[in-house]
Amino acid sequence: MQQFLTYTDRSCPIRLAELPHAEYTAFFETMQTYLASGLRCAHYFATPDHGGAYTIYAVLLDDETHSVRIGTATAVAAAPIPSLTAIYPAMHPFERAIAETTTIRYADLPWDKPLRLPYDRTDRSQNPFNYPFYSIEGEALHEVHVGPIHAGIIEPGSFRFICNGERVLHLEIALGFQHRGIEHLMTATDNRLRQAMLAEAIAGDSSVSHGRTFAATIDALAGVQTSPRLAIERTIALEMERVAMHLADTGALCGDIGYQLGQVACEALRTITINTTQRWCGNRFGKGLVRPGGSYFPITAATVESIRTQMSDVKRRYLEIVNNLHATPSVLARFEDCGHLEMIQAEAIGAVGPAARASGLLRDLRSTHPFEAYADLAHEPVTETTGDVMARLNIRCREVPQSIDHIMTLLERVTETKPSEKPVFTQALAPASLAIGLTEGWRGEICHVAITDSDGRLAVYRIKDPSLHNWLGLALAVRGEGISDFPICNKSFNLSYCGHDL
Amino acid sequence: MFRTKLRVLRSHGIQYIKHLDEAVLPEIFRGRPILFDPEETRAAHVATVPDATTHLAENGDSKRTTDGRIASQAEIPEGETGKTTCFPEKHNNNGNSMPRTYDVIHRELAGLEALCPTGAITAVPFSLDLGRCLFCGECARRAPHLVQFTNDYHMATNDRLALNIVPGTESIKLDPDRVRREITRTFGHALKLREVCAGGEGSTEMELGASMNVNFDFGRYGIDFTASPRHADGLVITGPISANMARALEICYEAVAEPKILIVAGTDAISGGLFANSPAIDRRFLDRVQPDLYLPGNPVHPLTFIHGVMALTGRSFRKTNRKR
Repeated sequence: MQQFLTYTDRSCPIRLAELPHAEYTAFFETMQTYLASGLRCAHYFATPDHGGAYTIYAVLLDDETHSVRIGTATAVAAAPIPSLTAIYPAMHPFERAIAETTTIRYADLPWDKPLRLPYDRTDRSQNPFNYPFYSIEGEALHEVHVGPIHAGIIEPGSFRFICNGERVLHLEIALGFQHRGIEHLMTATDNRLRQAMLAEAIAGDSSVSHGRTFAATIDALAGVQTSPRLAIERTIALEMERVAMHLADTGALCGDIGYQLGQVACEALRTITINTTQRWCGNRFGKGLVRPGGSYFPITAATVESIRTQMSDVKRRYLEIVNNLHATPSVLARFEDCGHLEMIQAEAIGAVGPAARASGLLRDLRSTHPFEAYADLAHEPVTETTGDVMARLNIRCREVPQSIDHIMTLLERVTETKPSEKPVFTQALAPASLAIGLTEGWRGEICHVAITDSDGRLAVYRIKDPSLHNWLGLALAVRGEGISDFPICNKSFNLSYCGHDL
Repeated sequence: MFRTKLRVLRSHGIQYIKHLDEAVLPEIFRGRPILFDPEETRAAHVATVPDATTHLAENGDSKRTTDGRIASQAEIPEGETGKTTCFPEKHNNNGNSMPRTYDVIHRELAGLEALCPTGAITAVPFSLDLGRCLFCGECARRAPHLVQFTNDYHMATNDRLALNIVPGTESIKLDPDRVRREITRTFGHALKLREVCAGGEGSTEMELGASMNVNFDFGRYGIDFTASPRHADGLVITGPISANMARALEICYEAVAEPKILIVAGTDAISGGLFANSPAIDRRFLDRVQPDLYLPGNPVHPLTFIHGVMALTGRSFRKTNRKR
């Protein structure tokens, strides 16, 4: 068995030469041991070597010791290799991505289907219109197809339901329509500003989270030690994004069941929140707020005052909405006991973020792998136990006030620190090194892995959005539900299509 | 239960923006930029910036002291406030070394051209294409004497070339003569749109949704989004058009009954934006179909969308058009 490297200080890069390396057989055994002991996979990908071989990188998170374990292996394309997915279903998106874009073949990969149909897929005969959907024979069953274009103003994805009457037996989600080749574009340019903006475009509703993950990864590679003030500012930006999106989700869930008061009140509160972000940085989604090495929008006394007044108002009014929501039986009747994701299922598929916390899993990087100012915040993750739509909504209902409290605490500390520095776009990166950015975005765990070549250029940039794990959770949650409950199940997860498809 | 509802109602009060045409965005919002003639700023430029390439290489940052490096006083003034600190007249007091100026200004413009993440800036002749601009504001920070962003959200036009702004461009307007007659004739009272996201990252989609929310309430003018293209009068495209969505987009457009309009919302949709050179996108649809309205932005602000659609359909915000 091979030992993985334990990586604790994520602000320093790792030299590629220091990474433990093994043949696939030994690596496979180690991965099994680690995954069995409760470590979870944050990223897993293959990069081509010379001569048709591939290097597989595995990034595992250890919640107990707050560390990251990294290991690599060589896989040769000649013979099929055993898959981890067969034992640990949580590995399925990673191994499917590898099977799709490399010549590595898995001997026993269950559900060996296209993941995101990237432009560089090895099998060009696969396209969005011939996805091999699962089907069941039977006279009592019928299929419902939704997508790729949906009824609302949302992103595209294909859903195929197999129903018995109104009841959903099975849902299969086919994605890839949003694939823009972002990982390729990241390494195709040396313009650091362009890279930072690409990171913000991974998922527009998580611009700050992905932007911060990129900035942290590059800061590590460049050896830039950022100031405590910058950490506070980035944390406030992350929490503002969380509040805005949780408000949007609360409103959208209310809208989906025709509870208009909740919908419009949350829309109004979201407007206040994102306009506060706009007054800080000039963009309602916080684009441009986070940059490597520093910030163009150091928080000023006026910004502190604006955030403090607006957010305390948002908190008060949101709690009134939540109060009313919990007191309205027709609302509870739709949300409660609907779209269950059991804890054991969430664990098996490697769910992250609010969806995992709603099923009782303590998955929150803010407390297990603290970054930026979270180490000093003593963040207590919010968890629910029932794993239904109501639980996922309750996570939001409880996280909004918590996040606003965090923002208030951080605003107190802002004035005590020195002003933050300006962004840096020209820092040389450590050559032949690897760095990892981990962020708990509002949707869950974001992981970026950057690898530089011997000249210090970005050679590999791999992105993981939390949606990659959680889409399967949605498919499992709607099983046994009425098909008319699908919209609220979907909204309660609110996963990203473009973050998944990249 | 009713008491809690009343409390929510009382706390929120009236939310909608009564006069959408009077809405003003905060100064810090990065809307329509203005360019300054490099020739006119030349003299001032020499006085304040001895070597353009130096400051471009150092991020135009004159105060950073990390790494123990203190930048020279002569470097470019700070542009973060969005205000010009370097007007030609004010700094024209040491108008020497004129022979160097052309070289300096040329290098500076070339620096801006190289800096722009989407290649929106052209050095000679100096211009900025809003169809490609992502409003990051980096050019205005490096060279506030050449580029500045205003809080003007009126950026919608039906002429792609009108998005290419040059020094002296004071506004971006829709050209009423280019609007097809059937658009004002058919859609002058109500307009139903279908949105198709083709590789869009979600923020423009959320802003289009926000234009229908309780604050902007665009629905008051009879303009709305539908669930099906069969119910729609036109299509709004967001995103750079990923190859995997190209066919679905085409099918959706064909499903809209004639006469129909096409709106491209967001920089990604207008030009491909950051993804213009990506092998994973396929923009051939736009070679065949000419958009009726271009909405720049990253993302498009709801007010840009609202004002653009009102102008396209020949509507006024104040008077309700009762003539049939």
